[in-house]
Amino acid sequence: MAQYLISVLHDSTELATDEEMAAIDVFNERLQAQGHWVFAGGLASPESATVVDGRHGEPIFTDGPYLESKEYIVGFWIIEAADLDVALRLAADGSKHCNRRVELKPFLSE
Amino acid sequence: MIDVGDVIARVHRAEWARVVAALARRFGDLDVAEEMAAEAFAAAVERWPVDGVPPNPGGWITTTAYRRAVDRLRREVRREEKHREALMLADTPEPLGAIDDDRLRLVFTCCHPALAMEARVALTLRMVGGLTVPEIARAFLVQVPALGQRITRAKMKIKAARIPYRVPDREDLPARVTGVLAVLYLIFNEGYLASDPEQESVRGDLTAEAIRLTRLVRDLMPADGEVVGLLALMLLTEARRTARVSASGELVTLGEQDRGAWDRELIAEGHALVRARLAARQAPGRYQILAAINAVHTDAPDIRDTDWSQVVALYDQLVRLDPSPIVRLNRAIAVAELDGPQVALAEVDGLPLEGYHAFHATRADLLRRMGRSEQARAAYDRAIGLAGNAAETLYLTRRRDQLTGP
Repeated sequence: MAQYLISVLHDSTELATDEEMAAIDVFNERLQAQGHWVFAGGLASPESATVVDGRHGEPIFTDGPYLESKEYIVGFWIIEAADLDVALRLAADGSKHCNRRVELKPFLSE
Repeated sequence: MIDVGDVIARVHRAEWARVVAALARRFGDLDVAEEMAAEAFAAAVERWPVDGVPPNPGGWITTTAYRRAVDRLRREVRREEKHREALMLADTPEPLGAIDDDRLRLVFTCCHPALAMEARVALTLRMVGGLTVPEIARAFLVQVPALGQRITRAKMKIKAARIPYRVPDREDLPARVTGVLAVLYLIFNEGYLASDPEQESVRGDLTAEAIRLTRLVRDLMPADGEVVGLLALMLLTEARRTARVSASGELVTLGEQDRGAWDRELIAEGHALVRARLAARQAPGRYQILAAINAVHTDAPDIRDTDWSQVVALYDQLVRLDPSPIVRLNRAIAVAELDGPQVALAEVDGLPLEGYHAFHATRADLLRRMGRSEQARAAYDRAIGLAGNAAETLYLTRRRDQLTGP
């Protein structure tokens, strides 16, 4: 089994609608029932981000996101899947349920 | 006196994919599989002229590659404990048997939709076709290091993202077979319609390789109608290859080709495949329909004997599957023969294909036949500006320059 991150991409900070949330719940329950679930969450808007650099003495805090971009990561799933074919199918389902594009990325193994 | 070089070349063609596929499954690593297969053939080049060709050349290659892979993994294990598991397995090659499935696994892995199209093409030609990196680079006019990197990155993604080494699940299978066929057809078309003006206009090496790979996939999935359809389409297209470009390097259109120069053997094989698909009485996919269209063309001893109503009917069927503007453009070309250029032009005008040279070439031809020379000339100019294939440019230029009157 390998773990994958499914990032949810969106071009606005609008939250999911009630219908989208209900569909996401259905998808989450399925992930759990089928043993793919590791973790998932929705993220607050990019303006709420703080960049922190603690590498040199006093940490430096910078308000706002690290990168200005047209699309944000508004949420994510971490899933377990046997291989990419299984993960791709889950990602496609996730994208459909949350009504947004997603990016699928494997975690480094070992 | 047998030429050992010829024997090795023949064994390479016949056995490469089998060896790579078996090693890839056994060691779970495409890199190791590719390198050790290449080493085994290099060893053959060294040993066979001295020791003689072994009685079972394919088996010799497999065993040699296998031993070298084990040796290499042993060396690596001394450095990295984590590879130990790979060595727990038996030390002897597995019996030939499930090997055909291995090659199919290899094909599906190389053509995986999570890889970029150009990576799929390069990987398929290298891993399944056994072409060398410089050969593939030359075929696609890419620098050798860039092509090498493309393959390396694809192999890294296969490993890191865990692209599986197996035949897809039934629910994924139809889409994935379509993906494999798209890769094979792209290789064929790059040979048949080389899109680069610096390249030879038609390159038999690539079309032959595409046909060889498609034959392999057909042998592995004989029940898939679209695989058979694509093979038939390639054979019926390939049959006309030499007649398609004149001695002076100009494109020769279907109507002007010397049909005596067509390859009867390929046509006979293509027709037999099309007939077999018709007899199967299953709804045909796009490759089977395209093959049937080409069967109608290659059935006519002269362009005037072509059954155009049959061609249009087949295009109607294709439009229902794929209503894309390019399919409608090709349908309109057949309509011109059946209902005249005026009817065809009405269907062509308005297709959203402004940037496609064949759109302008088709319009130019229709306008020429309607005697509207000035508009035809403008359309030829547009087509020439967009055409990449050298033979096509020559043909379009001559046609334009032969226009008379306004």
